[in-house]
Amino acid sequence: MTIDMKVKKIKNGTVIDHITAGQALNVLKILGITKEYPKTTVTVAMNVPSGKLGFKDIVKVEGRELEAEELDKISLIAPDATINIIRDYEVVEKKTVSLPEILEGVLECDNPNCITHFEAAKSQFIVEEKNPIKLRCVYCERSMDEEGVVKQF
Amino acid sequence: MDFRGRDIISIRDLTREEISFILDRAEEMEKSPPGNVLRGKILACLFYEPSTRTRLSFEAAMKRLGGEVIGFTEAGVSSVAKGESLIDTVRTVEGYSDVIVIRHPREGAARLCAGIADIPVINAGDGSNQHPTQTLLDLYTIRREKNRLDVDVAILGDLKYGRTVHSLAYALGMFNARITLISPRGLEMPREVLSDIKKAGAEIQEVTSLEETLKGIDVLYVTRIQRERFPDMEEYEKVKGAYRLTADMLRDVREGMIILHPLPRVDEISPEVDSTKHARYFHQVKYGVPVRMALLKLILEG
Ligand SMILES: [Zn+2]
Repeated sequence: MTIDMKVKKIKNGTVIDHITAGQALNVLKILGITKEYPKTTVTVAMNVPSGKLGFKDIVKVEGRELEAEELDKISLIAPDATINIIRDYEVVEKKTVSLPEILEGVLECDNPNCITHFEAAKSQFIVEEKNPIKLRCVYCERSMDEEGVVKQF
Repeated sequence: MDFRGRDIISIRDLTREEISFILDRAEEMEKSPPGNVLRGKILACLFYEPSTRTRLSFEAAMKRLGGEVIGFTEAGVSSVAKGESLIDTVRTVEGYSDVIVIRHPREGAARLCAGIADIPVINAGDGSNQHPTQTLLDLYTIRREKNRLDVDVAILGDLKYGRTVHSLAYALGMFNARITLISPRGLEMPREVLSDIKKAGAEIQEVTSLEETLKGIDVLYVTRIQRERFPDMEEYEKVKGAYRLTADMLRDVREGMIILHPLPRVDEISPEVDSTKHARYFHQVKYGVPVRMALLKLILEG
């Protein structure tokens, strides 16, 4: 990495880079990293100057690789994020997150009268805008913005 | 344009060309009804909340084309909660019929049914979301009476909760209408809906005075202002009078200006307006039948 992060490299785990500035704490929520989280070292850098994005956040999580659903959720609030899997201090894999055109099952519709809350139906949203996120429920046609999305993490 | 087997769930699913095509077919239906072209076909009406007007209009449309109608009307949300799942009901009913018309108190119900049924589904209202055949008949009425859809239109009333006005304004936007919105404070059109309608292509402005707007429009679309929407009765009493259309107010309007209302009305339009040449809300009801005839024929026969 070219960025001078004044923290030591991690041995095994994940570096989530190019997070939209200001979203690092939401990324931690998605990963379920709270006070109660087992003793894992987590490093957060916020508002790091970045050529591509202006400013960005970075999250390093020791001893953990991310699941597909976590990547989907990260893509909702940080569409440019890159994921580096680290093993033995080396980057063994680099991934970008990608927001699908149709998002299925990951989130719930925030309209309480939406039929998806009453019948055996998987939620489905059309991704109308990516940054900032704007979703529209395929069923009730209500739209959901970043606030509605973040609430669910 | 082939509509056979197609679901009609939301006005958003239709293009401007498709809407025009449906309205053309409706006009043919009205002027020269084709007879019993749907003989032997069965329409299933699943009404999970009562709406006599819409149901009768669909039944009349189907019968005018020689088809049969089966179905039920339930009392409302409580019976929905008790009964079998909507998904199971649809799977059963599709075995008996060729097309389903559904009205349901929850948003998204019709889309869900369409995903399950192999036969086409028409949305006759899903909660506060869509009611596409109402929108089509509103458009049909305007086109029938004004010969075009790029009109100067004012929409008056509860623009916050009124689903008919959201879809109507969206559809008129597709035809580049110039829309003026008039609503009491607190019942304005949600920002979100407004930006959608602008994106659709409408030129749109919001005002509070009905009287100044009246002179410059071709169409006045009035909706109910429901007392129960107001958090405080004093507020309601204040706006009640301000949004009541009387015959006096029509003195300086354009010669061919028409007044529409999805009915039933409360007291937004005083009865003496009914006998003016501008009143078209009873025609509007009647136009629902050819529009629904056209849709049923397009969906079942092409
Ligand atoms: Zn929904």
